[in-house]
Amino acid sequence: MAKMLGAEMFFETLIHEGVDVVFGLPGGYVLKVYDVMRKYEDRLTHVLARHEQAATHMADGYARVSGKPGVVLCTSGPAATNTVTGIATAQMDSSPIVIFTGQVPTQYLGSDAFQEADHIGITMPCTKHNFLVRKTADLPKTMLEAFHIATTGRPSPVLVDMPKDVLIGEDTLKIPKDINIRGYKPKLKGDAAKIKKAVSMIQQAKKPMVFCGGGVVCANAHKELRKFIKRFQIPVCSTLMGLGAVDPADPLYVNFLGMHGSYAANMTVHESDLVIAIGARFDDRATGGKFDEFAPNAKIIHIDIDPATIDKNITVHCDVIGDAKEVLNQLMAALPAKLKHDRKPWLSQIKEWQVKHPLLPNKHKKNKISTTCTIDLLSKMTNGEAIICSDVGQHQMWLAQFYKFKQPRQWINSGGLGTMGFGFPAAIGAKFAAPDKQVIAVCGDGSFQMNFQELATAVENRMDLKIVLFNNNHHGMVRQWQTMFFDSNYASSKFDVLPDFKMLAECFGATGLRATKPEEVEATLKEGLNTKGVVLMEIVADPEEMVYPMITPGGAMNDMILQPVDVA
Amino acid sequence: MRHTISIFVDNESGVLSRIAGLFSARGFNIESLNVAPTEDPETSRITLVTTGDDFIIQQIIKRFNNMVNVIRVTDLSDANRVEREMALIKIKTTEKNRAEILRIVDIFRAKVVDTSIKSYTIEITGDIEKVGGFIELLKPFGIKEIARTGTVAMTRENKIKAK
Repeated sequence: MAKMLGAEMFFETLIHEGVDVVFGLPGGYVLKVYDVMRKYEDRLTHVLARHEQAATHMADGYARVSGKPGVVLCTSGPAATNTVTGIATAQMDSSPIVIFTGQVPTQYLGSDAFQEADHIGITMPCTKHNFLVRKTADLPKTMLEAFHIATTGRPSPVLVDMPKDVLIGEDTLKIPKDINIRGYKPKLKGDAAKIKKAVSMIQQAKKPMVFCGGGVVCANAHKELRKFIKRFQIPVCSTLMGLGAVDPADPLYVNFLGMHGSYAANMTVHESDLVIAIGARFDDRATGGKFDEFAPNAKIIHIDIDPATIDKNITVHCDVIGDAKEVLNQLMAALPAKLKHDRKPWLSQIKEWQVKHPLLPNKHKKNKISTTCTIDLLSKMTNGEAIICSDVGQHQMWLAQFYKFKQPRQWINSGGLGTMGFGFPAAIGAKFAAPDKQVIAVCGDGSFQMNFQELATAVENRMDLKIVLFNNNHHGMVRQWQTMFFDSNYASSKFDVLPDFKMLAECFGATGLRATKPEEVEATLKEGLNTKGVVLMEIVADPEEMVYPMITPGGAMNDMILQPVDVA
Repeated sequence: MRHTISIFVDNESGVLSRIAGLFSARGFNIESLNVAPTEDPETSRITLVTTGDDFIIQQIIKRFNNMVNVIRVTDLSDANRVEREMALIKIKTTEKNRAEILRIVDIFRAKVVDTSIKSYTIEITGDIEKVGGFIELLKPFGIKEIARTGTVAMTRENKIKAK
């Protein structure tokens, strides 16, 4: 069999794995890969990002929308260190991406060669695993292992470091048929004894609720979950990452829970007698952080693919390790057709909470645009069906509160790491994953300034991509905390200089629109959403609008600030 | 509480820093660490001793289990087990105390493995208390240098019973 270059094996293996798009940026030690790329251009698209961090967010957005692994290609040193924020973002939100970095030739490893960095050491804590390839012949097998690890079990980033001599070396291409890693055997099916225990807990509960996390989305378990809650009449609240798993129009859907969740959702968790957490990890933003007062009267069932999440924050009564879809099917098979408890008192109690403190958008003030009102409008105009890629801050929380996501994989945001600058590049990746869907990046002025260079990438690829940019001239969430907890000392949260975002879009060759008054909002959104190409809609928003309710930081879930605090 | 943890891992570069990284991420110290290949040259056995909050150590063990290079992890702390450590101790000697030192070496069933006019190098094997006790007894003579292997441990073949 003829020999081929390591660089060629790289593409052969990607194509074998079913990869059709790579987000990357060339440089010294991966130039051979770029040199041979043209032979594969009919089967694989390379998207030239302007910054490696953005390339990583693109791959992440692609992975979250498609459920397939997102792929990053870049060179060594600064390129690899630039990907670190993107990798940590993907890891915190369980997104399967595989990062391929170039590296100095093996004989120079550790010699402080030009553009050398210890990629393996640097990314060890933020990847599920990483590999340094030492021989050209090993490249295909290592790549397949990387994809296997990234996409099975709890999805996560994996990095493959490829020294230059591996890429320019020649050998026979051998793509292994199966992957067998002795130390890595993720468990999919729940343990029978645990299922039995969970079943009995569900049968006894009078006030059960489902605490739906991002794991339901990762496992594509939304259909099973919808069936499960309907059959047993169990209300469901969603974490930030679980939005879309249950249609908000479902009568059993209470709302978004957590620090900025709805009153009813947080009360449902707090007052329940059984929390069935599925693919959630009870982080401080979802629980308020006062772990010992979490759902004080409830027993807790925790269903998760990752054993290390069990008992990490909340001690649970029954853990079921497995894939959310499998475990839900096991539970439904083991439970009787109907449960004996009458669910009416519990559901009507929840209804009461919903009526008492509904989660509603604000109205525009005179000459001041309300972001919540605009997001509510955006949700209605797009029928809750757009893919929304959010940045981080107030607008992110408001999207979670007011955009009515009908389906999973529609809500793409950096929930765990809270990476500002994530939304826009993630939207580029999302659009590659779902070219026929409406994809909207929703950004703040602070976040957008962290990665707006990717306007060039979007325009270059002739994308049909919308950006709604809420410009309140501030780091809004920082401002909110300063208002509430730092005596309105707005240290460094206000911008004295901002770009003219409309002109910024135009200078990249995109379309720029702007609404400065409440009466312009609808027309601007309408025009923007109906204009082909890359369109930036700047909405000049009221900086004084705040996100409520809010669980007091470090508080329990029933400890919420509901009303705007009057700030003089 | 003190924990003796046994970890079977792939015998390849980088594995030890993955293991150690989980401790530093939690701000935990490793008291002793021993790594060597097993009967299978592709597998190494790590014996790690640490002291700390039981709950956090259980979490760290779960994360070891998640590691791709980790084949098996056992917390031996509650198991009926054999623990041993070896130490080499170089001690100053004088004409007067050489016999006394040899008596102590004899009592502890240690042995002298190197000698000069002014020193002995002594090898001792035992559990952590025995090695620690031996070192305490030798301190007054003037210890020049100590090299300890750290604990290695194994469960006993008869049934493992929890305390």
